[in-house]
Amino acid sequence: MIRVTYVAHDGAETVIEAEEGTSVMQAAVSNDVDGIVGECGGSMMCATCHCYVDEAWEAKTGQRSDDEDEMLEGAASEVTGRSRLSCQIKLDPSLDGLVVHLPEEQL
Amino acid sequence: MSPSRVVIVGAGQGGLQAAISLRQSGFDGAITLIGAEPGLPYQRPPLSKAYLLDGKAEALTLRPESFFESKQVAYLPDTRVLEIDRQAQEVHLDGPGEARRMGYDHLVLATGTRNLRPPIDGLEHACDLRTLADAARLREALAAPRRIAVIGGGFIGLEFAAVARKLGHDVSVMEAAPRLMARAVSPAMSRHFEAWHRAQGVALHLGRAAIGVDAGGVSLDDGARVEADFVLLAAGVRPNTELAEAAGLETENGVCVNAQLLSSDPAISALGDCASFPDPRSGAMVRLESVQAATDHARLIAARIAKGACPDYAAVPWFWSDQGDQKLQIAGFAGPGATEEVVADGLVARFDAGGLAAVETVNNARAHMKARRLLAPGGSADLAALKEAIAA
Ligand SMILES: Cc1cc2nc3c(=O)[nH]c(=O)nc-3n(C[C@H](O)[C@H](O)[C@H](O)COP(=O)(O)OP(=O)(O)OC[C@H]3O[C@@H](n4cnc5c(N)ncnc54)[C@H](O)[C@@H]3O)c2cc1C
Ligand code: FES
Repeated sequence: MIRVTYVAHDGAETVIEAEEGTSVMQAAVSNDVDGIVGECGGSMMCATCHCYVDEAWEAKTGQRSDDEDEMLEGAASEVTGRSRLSCQIKLDPSLDGLVVHLPEEQL
Repeated sequence: MSPSRVVIVGAGQGGLQAAISLRQSGFDGAITLIGAEPGLPYQRPPLSKAYLLDGKAEALTLRPESFFESKQVAYLPDTRVLEIDRQAQEVHLDGPGEARRMGYDHLVLATGTRNLRPPIDGLEHACDLRTLADAARLREALAAPRRIAVIGGGFIGLEFAAVARKLGHDVSVMEAAPRLMARAVSPAMSRHFEAWHRAQGVALHLGRAAIGVDAGGVSLDDGARVEADFVLLAAGVRPNTELAEAAGLETENGVCVNAQLLSSDPAISALGDCASFPDPRSGAMVRLESVQAATDHARLIAARIAKGACPDYAAVPWFWSDQGDQKLQIAGFAGPGATEEVVADGLVARFDAGGLAAVETVNNARAHMKARRLLAPGGSADLAALKEAIAA
């Protein structure tokens, strides 16, 4: 199992464990983490799964793709260099302990 | 005064979203979510895409069991609403245990659609693709090499065909209209997908209606025969409006609602696949079968119930369909009679009297997002504006 910490906009932390291969969006939704909506189910259509990867993890999660970049234009909160669509980050053992921050709004 | 008991009929994408959004909007009354299907509410789009390949049913679940406890939503799976008694403001339920009645202050109809079963002989040999149970059956059928016939060249039939072909099956698609996805996309986009499916080796029979199905295949109206050991019926759907009709609500191609998504009874709203609503841009009554419509409708209804008032429905429609490596994205909505302009390969703009109505793109998220912004309420865009936005 891979551990992920979600830091809400107000600073509240939720730690969950998910199976390898699950996306950071899916892991949040199936553990009832508020702050990630994931309306399109990971089809890169809705940009309601926006998250900011913690500085310490940036190198490990990698860069966002061009399409991801375009879809982020539709995100409800500010997009920064660390913005990702969490449905596009797949969990693998190298991401055990991953920390992501959640935006104020997803819609 | 806001109602204190909300009952939601149908626990699909829109029904569940209504429950989620009611709590997010601060509604603190009782919420009951009633669904005819077993298990937790799930999303349907992957049923004709990823699920057929990976079989991961857990990944479809929209919210875990704990959601219903923590948000105090009473969820009644495997339970069907049989009747609405508008005078008494009660619904009659049939589910595990005994049949019973339940009172409501506000009722939300989120009953979705069911597969159209056209009058074709031997249709009992054909499978549907609407529910998780259907998709699980299809997955089993795809496990061994087969000749597969798909009746209906719409989104679901074509997504299934693309998956089946990728898995190495022989695939034929028959469509009564002269082109693919004729109800929803422009002729130019139909041609794009026609060429793509043919290049994958899918046999397309356009302008050919199936007239009979038997254990050995499908017979077409021109006398031709498509041999098949498995037949999928994907010839469209019809909205589940029987409850509303029996209760005397206005219905026409869905439960008719106004820009507040209220039916002809102010204590009853309708959303998603089963609702016919005024298109914010053209004012025409439309019914959309999409995740976007179901969830945006649900959010408006929830806000209205929780806060007592809300602005009229104004969301820009969007839709996608994944057929193999071809991701079709549609921003906006074009009615019948819209004209088309091919802006670039895999990029078609559609127009009506009000200007730009919809933009269809293939594997072009950038143009799709630009179009979504351009179509936002209040504006009216033309071809030049679209070209400028895409070039920017
Ligand atoms: C295979 C497939 C692929 C799809 N792909 C896409 C896609 O790529 N993109 C997209 O945007 N959309 C797609 N859709 C459409 C999308 O799933 C629907 O638009 C969406 O689910 C509509 O939500 P809804 O809540 O209106 O209806 P549904 O999700 O269909 O839910 C309605 C529910 O109500 C229940 N119900 C009906 N009558 C009663 C009753 N009397 N009592 C109790 N319960 C009742 C039904 O059992 C059902 O569970 C797809 C649909 C299918 C079937
Ligand atoms: S879940 Fe929709 S873009 Fe990620």
